[in-house]
Amino acid sequence: MASHGIKDRVAIVGMGCTAFAEHWDKGLDDLMLEASNAAFAEAGTTKQEVDAYWLGTAQSGMSGIPLARALQLEGKPVTRVENYCATGSEALRQASYAVASGAYDVAMAVGVEKVKDSGYQGLNAFPIPNDGTARTLTAAGSFSMVAPAYAAKYGVDPGELRRVLARIASKNHANGAHNPRAQFRREMSVEQICAMPAVAGDLSVFDCAGVADGAAAAIVVRAEDAHRFTDRPLYVKALSFVAGNGSGLVDPGYDYTWFPEIAACAADAYAQAGIDDPAARLAMAEVHDCFTPTELVLMEDLGFSARGTAWKDIEAGRFDLDGELPVNPDGGLKSFGHPVGASGLRMMFEAWLQLRGEAPDDRRISSISGDRNLALTHNLGGYPGEMVSFVSILGATPDA
Amino acid sequence: MRGIISHASYLPHRRLDRGTIAAVAGLGGGKGTRTVASYDEDTTTLGVEAARLALAATDCRPRAVWFSTVAPAYLDKTNATALHAALRLPGDVLAADFGGAIRSGVAALHAALAGGGPTLVVTADIRTGLPGSADEAAGGDAAAALLIGDEVDGAVIAEVLGTAAATDEFLDRWRTPGDSRSKLWEEKFGESRYVPLGQQAAAAALAVAGLDAAQVDRLVVTGAHERAVRAVARSIGVPADRVVDDLTTSIGNPGAAQPGLLLSATLEDAAPGQVVLLLSLADGADALVLRTTDAITALVPRRPLADQLASGAPVSYGKFLAWRGMLTPEPPRRPEPARPSASAANRNEDWKFAFVGSRDRATGAVHLPPARVSMDGGAVDDMEPFPMADVRGRIATFTVDKLVYSPSPPVVFAVVDFAGGGRAPIELTDVDPSELAVGDEVEMTFRRLFTSDGIHNYFWKARPVRSGTTTTSTQPSSSGPATKEDV
Repeated sequence: MASHGIKDRVAIVGMGCTAFAEHWDKGLDDLMLEASNAAFAEAGTTKQEVDAYWLGTAQSGMSGIPLARALQLEGKPVTRVENYCATGSEALRQASYAVASGAYDVAMAVGVEKVKDSGYQGLNAFPIPNDGTARTLTAAGSFSMVAPAYAAKYGVDPGELRRVLARIASKNHANGAHNPRAQFRREMSVEQICAMPAVAGDLSVFDCAGVADGAAAAIVVRAEDAHRFTDRPLYVKALSFVAGNGSGLVDPGYDYTWFPEIAACAADAYAQAGIDDPAARLAMAEVHDCFTPTELVLMEDLGFSARGTAWKDIEAGRFDLDGELPVNPDGGLKSFGHPVGASGLRMMFEAWLQLRGEAPDDRRISSISGDRNLALTHNLGGYPGEMVSFVSILGATPDA
Repeated sequence: MRGIISHASYLPHRRLDRGTIAAVAGLGGGKGTRTVASYDEDTTTLGVEAARLALAATDCRPRAVWFSTVAPAYLDKTNATALHAALRLPGDVLAADFGGAIRSGVAALHAALAGGGPTLVVTADIRTGLPGSADEAAGGDAAAALLIGDEVDGAVIAEVLGTAAATDEFLDRWRTPGDSRSKLWEEKFGESRYVPLGQQAAAAALAVAGLDAAQVDRLVVTGAHERAVRAVARSIGVPADRVVDDLTTSIGNPGAAQPGLLLSATLEDAAPGQVVLLLSLADGADALVLRTTDAITALVPRRPLADQLASGAPVSYGKFLAWRGMLTPEPPRRPEPARPSASAANRNEDWKFAFVGSRDRATGAVHLPPARVSMDGGAVDDMEPFPMADVRGRIATFTVDKLVYSPSPPVVFAVVDFAGGGRAPIELTDVDPSELAVGDEVEMTFRRLFTSDGIHNYFWKARPVRSGTTTTSTQPSSSGPATKEDV
């Protein structure tokens, strides 16, 4: 019994991603069609040539029918998947396994969310009947408890940590400002962000992901078929997923300074990809910066920084666009926006652009060199103590 | 010998300064304070808190629970069943409501004394009126619990020597169902009825007891008609210095709960062998003569009323009006919560109503909510129920959430680690976030989280343990699950 992975057996041959925005004038069908058509065009293929579809949406539709109807797919298997905010990644994961197994030759993952039709700010889960004892807290409130716990454990002055968190947001805003697909394209200084009023714990709205509508899509095939579709495929090195058992909510041993599901997920991904030193092999990472403390802790859970030191690496600019290991070069959830079902595929879209040299000059990473040529995407859903985690590793070339 | 085995009262945390009313309402108010139930309290939750305190002080367990209030959380549906569930009483214990009229509180006490077996009489009220009204200022919110029984059930601390009632049909105050206010007849008419009725009932009860008024050590007179209460207290031959303070300047008049509250307050201070006359004026008069026993010194109040009085915190008049539904502030722009599922709530009754988790018999790992598969070692169905309502915890971390829906934002939320094991992420209440710190000690309290589709969503919150509260054990017994005897 082992997690073997499918290293270099599957390649992404086409991707599409809409702008993430408050798309008051676009519906679910428009978003899915735009992302899918872009992916078909990139792969030089058509909807008829794709054998099976996975639709990732957290709560914008049920069953595979919304995609089948929007694209008018006839006689195709379409599966809707949902795994909290990692829904888009989960769609890609299922499509990849489907072609790796040989069950299909060409598969497509489409992630989409239409969140702005609810009439409320933020994300609002639809209620599942329950006994009324579920906790009453927003995701922002839940993640806000990470920062003080981290500060206390590692002896970081809370004021200093506040500036570190603002620096994360400021970096992601700066990256998003150069990205025409990003929801927020305004640079924000550390001072501006620190001056915002708190809405949950010490977090302001500028510590929170943008909430946007959007869609992204990817077409996957077996690696040996990839060059029939594109000269520059992106190879899947690892796809890892961990669903937490919720023990952090009930176990006093959990201290809110790390996410064990993510550490386990990352370890599995690195093993699948055969990587010993991710900090030396990764040229970029797209991580789930739903809130600024999340990105802080992820740098440690993903093995980029030693425990208790990520705040220093952030201050030193190590994860900036021109840093050693750029994190969220596309702006991240913070400024790109977070249409739940699309976000995981949006992260891969950035790896698709950067590793294949298609990112425009003004926002291109400069970290790729020698063995440092891989991209990581990390997507989580849930709350500290009770989350799902996804990690992928992607590369432009198969290992020899 | 039938009488009182245990007793307790519960005051909500908030106090309204009556001096703040007139500036807003243009009239009304007065001196002193009144108690105010929080937005997450109703008469059922107030009653649960008083009952928990009363039962914590004794091993005796009731065979019946009678709950009286003028302001029931539900009609048609019994409210006492929620108390029964929160107290984790066996299924063969009767739980029933006495409701509607102020007199129903003292009537439940009458009935318990006349009946057999240990009976828990819980009275609770939330009193209000139109802004600026006399009722708004004079009212108070409180609950009281009196455990009635015979010597075989438990040590009787106050023996009932005699009871009497005087009934008459007349209009002094009234309210039609659905109205938010009561109406009053000219008060001199009510006084003219109440004074002779009170004298008559007091004399009759004392005659049954074989005592005269001069032998009364403590006189407690209750009732919503203030003039009549004062007049009766002066007119039945008990010296003025033996009349018990009615606490209306600090608490207000908590309606159906007033007799229980003042009786409990009197017993907390009473010495053995003292004669107490309780006289209640409500649509007639009801009199009880009791004499405290030597056992009273052994009954240690878990939270003396004086401590509760000292530990309250102010609430603004605006918030008071909002909590009472008299003022409708802009609601949070978030979806309102869905109604809880009746079947899910019933399946999880012990968790939802009594805060009972489970503990892995082998590893001791505590699970909140209860689980079938252990998070520690994975054993399946090797759990025992583990009551946690009376176990204290400490704040591991906390946050203030201004985004989430709440009937009274913001939500103050903490991760609580319980003494002896177990963690729950849970909402805090009766708290000022600026006074909170990691490591603070908290205790559990039964609350109404919200109401949706007319369904009151009851569950537990945590509140800071405040100075002036008597110590309860912070550890469940090491040999088995915590029981109420452990508190």
